[in-house]
Amino acid sequence: MPELATTLPGRPAPPFDSVGQQASARRLGMWVFLASETLLFGAFFLAYTVYRRLYPEAWAAGAQHDSLAIGTALTGVLLLSSLTAALAVAASKARAWRAVTGLIAATVGLGVFFIGLKFYEYWLHWQDGFVPALHFTHADPHLDLFFVFYFLMTLLHALHMSIGIGLWTLLGVQAHRRRLRDEAAVETTGLYWHFVDLVWLFLYPLLYLVK
Amino acid sequence: MTTTAPSPFAPPPEATRTTYLNAGTGLRSWLLTTDHKRIAVLYTLAITAFFGLGGVMAFLMRLELLTPPSDLFTIDTYNRLFSAHGIVMVWFFLIPSIPTTLGNFLLPLMIGTRDLAFPRLNLLSFYIFLVGGLFTLAAVSFGGIDTGWTFYTPYSTSFSQTRVFLVVMGIFVMGFSSILTGLNFVVTTHTLRAPGMTWNRLPLFVWSLYATSLIQILATPVLTLTLVLLGMERWFGVGIFDPALGGDPILFEHLFWFYSHPAVYIMILPGLGVISELITCFSRKHIFGYNWIAGSSLAIAAFGFLVWGHHMFVSGQSVYAGLVFSVLSFVVAIPSAIKVFNWIATLYMGRIYLRTPMLYAFAFIGLFVIGGMTGLIVASLAVDVHVHDTYFVVAHFHYIMVGGMLTAYLGGLHFWWPKITGKLYPEGWGIAAAILIFVGFNLTFLPQFIMGYLGMPRRYGAYAPEFQVYHVLSTAGSTVLGVAYLLPLGYLLWSLKYGPDAGPNPWNATGLEWTTPSPPPPDNFDEAPVVRDMPYAYHLEHRQFMDPDEAGALAAKKASRSED
Amino acid sequence: MHSDSRSADPFGRDARLRLYKTAAALFALLGLTVAVYVLPVPAAWATPAGLLIAAAKAALVVAVFMELAGSSRLVRLAAATGALWLLILFALTLGDYLSRGALPAL
Repeated sequence: MPELATTLPGRPAPPFDSVGQQASARRLGMWVFLASETLLFGAFFLAYTVYRRLYPEAWAAGAQHDSLAIGTALTGVLLLSSLTAALAVAASKARAWRAVTGLIAATVGLGVFFIGLKFYEYWLHWQDGFVPALHFTHADPHLDLFFVFYFLMTLLHALHMSIGIGLWTLLGVQAHRRRLRDEAAVETTGLYWHFVDLVWLFLYPLLYLVK
Repeated sequence: MTTTAPSPFAPPPEATRTTYLNAGTGLRSWLLTTDHKRIAVLYTLAITAFFGLGGVMAFLMRLELLTPPSDLFTIDTYNRLFSAHGIVMVWFFLIPSIPTTLGNFLLPLMIGTRDLAFPRLNLLSFYIFLVGGLFTLAAVSFGGIDTGWTFYTPYSTSFSQTRVFLVVMGIFVMGFSSILTGLNFVVTTHTLRAPGMTWNRLPLFVWSLYATSLIQILATPVLTLTLVLLGMERWFGVGIFDPALGGDPILFEHLFWFYSHPAVYIMILPGLGVISELITCFSRKHIFGYNWIAGSSLAIAAFGFLVWGHHMFVSGQSVYAGLVFSVLSFVVAIPSAIKVFNWIATLYMGRIYLRTPMLYAFAFIGLFVIGGMTGLIVASLAVDVHVHDTYFVVAHFHYIMVGGMLTAYLGGLHFWWPKITGKLYPEGWGIAAAILIFVGFNLTFLPQFIMGYLGMPRRYGAYAPEFQVYHVLSTAGSTVLGVAYLLPLGYLLWSLKYGPDAGPNPWNATGLEWTTPSPPPPDNFDEAPVVRDMPYAYHLEHRQFMDPDEAGALAAKKASRSED
Repeated sequence: MHSDSRSADPFGRDARLRLYKTAAALFALLGLTVAVYVLPVPAAWATPAGLLIAAAKAALVVAVFMELAGSSRLVRLAAATGALWLLILFALTLGDYLSRGALPAL
């Protein structure tokens, strides 16, 4: 029977006086960080918007070369991983460590699958000569620009996912060894992970579904 | 009266108490510290070094500009000099300065807590800053770049033959330090205020740090992304901003200035906060219009994001956008003016003590007003068409940044020096240096307004002979200024070893930071403070001004009495 | 009531059911996205529809998974500020482009 989440053993790190104070500070800190990440990806979306309005045909042509099946699969995988992450956070609040470990493992697995599928997709683009600067075999500079955005935006997203996978792995190992000292860490990592999912939810229509 | 006291860095004899300076000796205890006060000291050393580097660049530029032809350096070298000067001064001195030094040291003390919310993140921020600085130093030592600190495309991406990528990496890295420091300050202010320290009892310096932190968090990521795009274009030759490949250079400017305009408010807001502290203490008066000053800091932070297009009036941006940005730029001046009016009202009927920090505060008000008014001039679209890219703009922003921000920094440094080091600086030298800085500064930059208005372009190493007299005056002024800046470096360091002990509150000032010993113990307060009074309660009977010497003697008497 | 039983046992049946239902809704929206793309929707509506559905998914993730609905006012203010500032970036930049006639009108 999981203990109630209101009892939180463990001492807070200085300068906090209570674990509750520390947890709410960590939560606020992560949301503030996510606000900055909103501007980071947001600026990318702005540049994308300007060029899409300037070169609509090239943008549509570029998106046609992105596989709808793969893009949809990627989105589905990420949504599923958000579910497992949310369940992991809930389990951590109930201090159900076996569940936490399993759910984190599932999240990591889905995340790794996402990255793998993404790189497979990159490989497909390489095969077709759609990698700017390195292997672009089509004469349209605006199409090149679309793929610059495609690669850079998804790489930036993948980088953030990799960091998330790393964080989850660390937490998962700690949870498995029942040595998770900072329970708020699961919640804040969950917030980060959901944010990365959010970014993808907007990348999907903008990179795959342009007509 | 003043005796030579043991150095604050020396290992303590039996009876000496533990301060943040002597708690843990050795390099490791400093390099791996999570104490916000030690981190503040580390930052101070770093930004002073960068200021020196940027200052040397400036001086070399001014030497070249003594004569019209480009006879000291080639034009290419001159381009690299002003680019290095701008980059080092903007990102490695002005942006970090007050927040990472005075802010880091004072924020926990002012709100009555032991440390920032995330002490290890604070240390990480410092090292990120250093790494960024090292990249940039490496680039400068390889000859630097010639694009100006603004990296306009496509010159910076497609044509410049200099180390653009390396410099961009340095600034990219440094940006993370800025974001994380801002995050730390915001969370600290929300969650760690002492009991009784409500938002309307906070020192105005804390309000200004909070507003600054908001800007750092929201503006810097856009710069980060822009530099990534710039770097990718530079490294891979992709055409994001290159018109030949379908890119748009004006998009670069929008993205760049979305950060870089709010960045100037990152630079000045903490200075504005310092002035509120100085004005109240040295006129022994409660601040006039507390709510207005606090609110104006937030207003500047918010409105500062709406005006960036005033850097782009002649870039090809639409004239309607130009009009909107121009009007908004007038609006953003209002909160700054509100501060100045409230300071003046605070001074009225106050008892003024012209100590060194107060001299800096007065200098600030005058020079900031000049900088601000000339800001309105360049914000006027029709006028800016003529003065854009001239020395008028250069003079405007140097009045704000050097006449304003740097002056506030020096004022704050002198004001809190006794708290930070436990030592008093020599007042006579302080006053002399402040006056010399004021004279040197105006001699340097006032002629620049005139020649800019007459048409002298900025970033030119060679110029038409009719401007020479202004350049000679300006270089003479910069020589005085350079010497004047060395004075505080000298006597402040001198005071560490030979200055008299300061005692906890040499100025008899209000504020929680003055209730703890100087220098403070590692945990800031021996007992957790509880706040009951309003801020700036200088009207109370016991808040008579004391000369620091008297305050030291009084503290010593109290200490010896309590030992009986 | 719902929130009581949720906070009393954050990993209990009610809490998990809420998460499963949200996930189901998200997958339904994903299906809708594909449907809107595949079906012959007029081109002018395709992108706004796609973004609207994405926004709906985002709202679910933010409100339920990220627990913004139950968070403090301060946290919601932080989230709103990020979104508002992004709006400022878009509005003033696109305002320039659109008022120049540089982009086809929206």
